[in-house]
Amino acid sequence: MASRQIGAIRSTFAPWEDPAAKPLVRFEGVSKAFADTPAVKGVDLEIYEREFFALLGPSGCGKTTLMRLLAGFESPDAGRMLLEGRDIGADPPHRRPVHMMFQAYALFPHLSVAQNVAFGLRRQGVAKAEIGPRVEEMLAMVKLEGLGKRRPDQLSGGQRQRVALARALAPRPRILLLDEPMAALDRKLREETQFELMALQQRLGMTFMIVTHDQDEAMVVADRIAVMRAGEIVQVGRPAEVYEAPADRYVAGFIGDVNLFEGRVAATEGPLIRLVTEDGAFDAEGSGAVGERAWLAVRPEKIAVHAEPPADPRNRLAGTILDYGYLGDWTTYVVEIAPGRTVRAARANATRTVERPLGCDDPVWLTFAPSSAVVLTR
Amino acid sequence: MRRGPSTFNIASVVLGMAFLYAPIVILVVYSFNASRLVTVWGGFSTRWYAALFQDQQMLDAIWVTARVGVLSATLATLLGVLAAVALVRGGGFRGRTILAGGIYATLVMPEVILGLSLLLLFVAAGLPRGFWTVTLSHATLTLAYTTMVIQARLGSFDISLEEAAQDLGCPPWKAFALITLPVIAPAVAAAWMLAFTLSLDDLVIASFTSGPGATTLPMRLYSQVRLGVDPKINAVSTLLIGVVATGVIAVYLLRQRRAPA
Repeated sequence: MASRQIGAIRSTFAPWEDPAAKPLVRFEGVSKAFADTPAVKGVDLEIYEREFFALLGPSGCGKTTLMRLLAGFESPDAGRMLLEGRDIGADPPHRRPVHMMFQAYALFPHLSVAQNVAFGLRRQGVAKAEIGPRVEEMLAMVKLEGLGKRRPDQLSGGQRQRVALARALAPRPRILLLDEPMAALDRKLREETQFELMALQQRLGMTFMIVTHDQDEAMVVADRIAVMRAGEIVQVGRPAEVYEAPADRYVAGFIGDVNLFEGRVAATEGPLIRLVTEDGAFDAEGSGAVGERAWLAVRPEKIAVHAEPPADPRNRLAGTILDYGYLGDWTTYVVEIAPGRTVRAARANATRTVERPLGCDDPVWLTFAPSSAVVLTR
Repeated sequence: MRRGPSTFNIASVVLGMAFLYAPIVILVVYSFNASRLVTVWGGFSTRWYAALFQDQQMLDAIWVTARVGVLSATLATLLGVLAAVALVRGGGFRGRTILAGGIYATLVMPEVILGLSLLLLFVAAGLPRGFWTVTLSHATLTLAYTTMVIQARLGSFDISLEEAAQDLGCPPWKAFALITLPVIAPAVAAAWMLAFTLSLDDLVIASFTSGPGATTLPMRLYSQVRLGVDPKINAVSTLLIGVVATGVIAVYLLRQRRAPA
């Protein structure tokens, strides 16, 4: 029941599409350089109340700097940062209702778990009698009941991560910043934690901003993702938008696997574009002017693999299987379509047995629907 | 292959340790000598310890030394914390090299020179030599050591702990007091012990900067020895060795006890 409700909220939750909605946080042309090396270049960004927002990019792209600017640990060289319409640029970190969960958790080693969680409440001047129950409540929320007396070094990595989360959430910040919160967890625990984090954010109705280099993580947890490159935001959108309609080749390649074919636009017809490449002519959706240089981007899972040549020659490629990887749920094929040129195709293993499994050196035909591919001009 | 240390290794360790510690062992052993003659063994006795506690001059010297040690170590530790913060956190401020060099120069400066220059300073400033000039001088002498110990710890301190405290509502000074200081406390304590120990056994600087009524224990011992070796000196020296050894071991243990990362 609860999960259905979450789903219902999710499907209608899009304040960024509402022109009347006021953003909770707003970056206006924010720039920051360290010793003449620009880290953040003229970033404009709006984050809305109750949103789970992800900053995604490779290391060194400026995502952590952007987060530290919002927390107050760095001050911008140019631009403004507004929180609920108020410029917070001049406020020191301790005056900002913005809390951060640090990458290495930064738990205070000389304090107990409960004292760690109570730290922010004490600073806020919460009454002593109220602190105890609030700490218990926070510990229960992150499933650490009864561990309040332990020291951080007596906890496992996953437990420390929860303490860090409880400590940052306890004073009820207007926005919680999470700096690579799951980088130190193993894969299984990370997946569990991702879902717990989402449920928690829903339950508390708070605004979360996560910084991560893990595209899967961003896709799973976030309402919207901002993809960053070299200090700039390349694209902001829902996970599906960023995945299915990437702004450029960088985004297409950074999020998920992609096959790219370079060519020129030969014709446009309604939403479809005909792109002529070395490997043939393809029809796909996208934008571009006739004669323009463009790239066809098609995801491996959108490509169908056939053992016999399909009748329709549209968007069809012939090749031989060079290599394949069986992943259990998926099989990925590397198909050589011309000497030295390969295409990746993925097939869901929907049935338990394949009558005649495809193997190396088998001739195959690849097809994809025009609506499954996208033409990129950048 | 035979495992374990060879005969050569054992011999070199034994000889080396003997070279270092034989004189001290002899001193400790003779402090329990019943004979009045320092070099003749007359049986076991603690009479010189008893006699020591009757010797008012010696007791005064011990008292002066203890007070000088505590005060100068505390002063040097406070200044050492400030200097370490400037050196570790200050970044590339102007004069950083001069500050670092200035602090650490006293490590290699001959004590005689340091003592003499301090004496000249006190004379020029018109300060009467005595308890306070020795205390100040010892703080000067030990500042380099306290700074070094605290700087090393502060350098490995995870700055994000302090940032987390600020993030949760602490102004910077409070974050330092509530988080950083308690975490680096073992190193601060080690620095204090080191400074106290150094102050305790300093003779050269104290001789230059002391005045009437502020005779430290090493000064008293030195002047006693010149008049002839009294077995009480063995006793007080043994006590001094005990205190210094305790201090050194405490420093070692405190520096071992690093906060887990």
